[in-house]
Amino acid sequence: MTSSDQLTDQQSAHTEQDLVSYLTGRLKTEVAAAQDLFDTGLVSSMFAMELVVYLEQCYEVAIVGPDLKLKNFRSARSMAALVHRLKTTVTPDAGAG
Amino acid sequence: MSEVTRVSPNSTDTLVAVLGAGVMGTGIAATVAGHGIPVVVLDSDPGVLDQAAERIDRQLRHARLMGALPAELPPGPITMTTRYDAASAATTVVEAVTEQLESKTKALNSAATTVGPATPLISNTSGIPIDELATGLLQPERLVGTHFMNPPYLIEQVEVIRGRRTSPATMASLHDFLGRLNRRGVLVRDSPGFVTSRLLHAMLNDAASIVGEGIADAETVDGLMQGCLGHRTGPLRTADLIGLDNLVDSLDALYERTGELRYRPCPQLRSMVRKGNLGRKAGKGFYEY
Repeated sequence: MTSSDQLTDQQSAHTEQDLVSYLTGRLKTEVAAAQDLFDTGLVSSMFAMELVVYLEQCYEVAIVGPDLKLKNFRSARSMAALVHRLKTTVTPDAGAG
Repeated sequence: MSEVTRVSPNSTDTLVAVLGAGVMGTGIAATVAGHGIPVVVLDSDPGVLDQAAERIDRQLRHARLMGALPAELPPGPITMTTRYDAASAATTVVEAVTEQLESKTKALNSAATTVGPATPLISNTSGIPIDELATGLLQPERLVGTHFMNPPYLIEQVEVIRGRRTSPATMASLHDFLGRLNRRGVLVRDSPGFVTSRLLHAMLNDAASIVGEGIADAETVDGLMQGCLGHRTGPLRTADLIGLDNLVDSLDALYERTGELRYRPCPQLRSMVRKGNLGRKAGKGFYEY
């Protein structure tokens, strides 16, 4: 079996920090890694879609089907976890042997 | 005894034609397709249609993200076209072209002569009185107003305006259509601006004026309205979402019909429209996107 680029836990934490910086800059206010952006009224539903597009472009992942759920975008931490999972998903070899 | 035939939610006989591939046309098309109903989107500009296809795709994703569509229901097929004859089989027409009487009349008449004679014509006008719009149509009884909010796939409630000549059959068709889209229609009497635009647009005009006069910047105005008065989005961000050109058109239409100065678009709005800072769709308005 082959896998896409492997990300270590350290890289996942790095992703989380990157997202915190991105959100802080974008929202012009300090954002904590585990802070629920929607419950705290910090962002709108329009911004939710911007986050989807940003993650896809920045981390070269495709967010489709069951992953396209708001719960995955509620915090920098949940977004980093999503990216980590998508980047480390093992894909079966087309022709083994 | 005859058998009662129930139309299934995904009846293949249903086809919705949306006239106009702007922000609202695409949002309405996404709402329709997202509920499993086939939709044809018409626009005279092929360049606009190309952008529209991408926009609908994004809107459908947005709707799914927010849990606003029936789960597990595959989207209805979407066709983009510049030709009215491609919509000849439409069982419902929704008009969402620019907020100008002549453009709307032309689009509605083109559609009316292409589709079946019983097909209702639903105008998404935000404020041109339905009876006035109906005057330019060959069959005024087919016209009804349904003012969808923005984005249409996230806001279930819609403003419904019955014109003086709108027939009971048209109202019944609209009722069925809204039911299939899971939209809740609230009926108001016909008048310029109906309820939501009449109230909102005057306020947005004033908010823009405050910025233009240098009393406070956009973020401060929105922040105060949100923080002090519970306004969800903030008036200037809302204006950007509507599109400042659309807002000015709506205000012009209200001013023309009422003569009330509060509807005369303020210099700040006119200036921004002249410069092409139309809001979210242009990447820049009161905010940058």
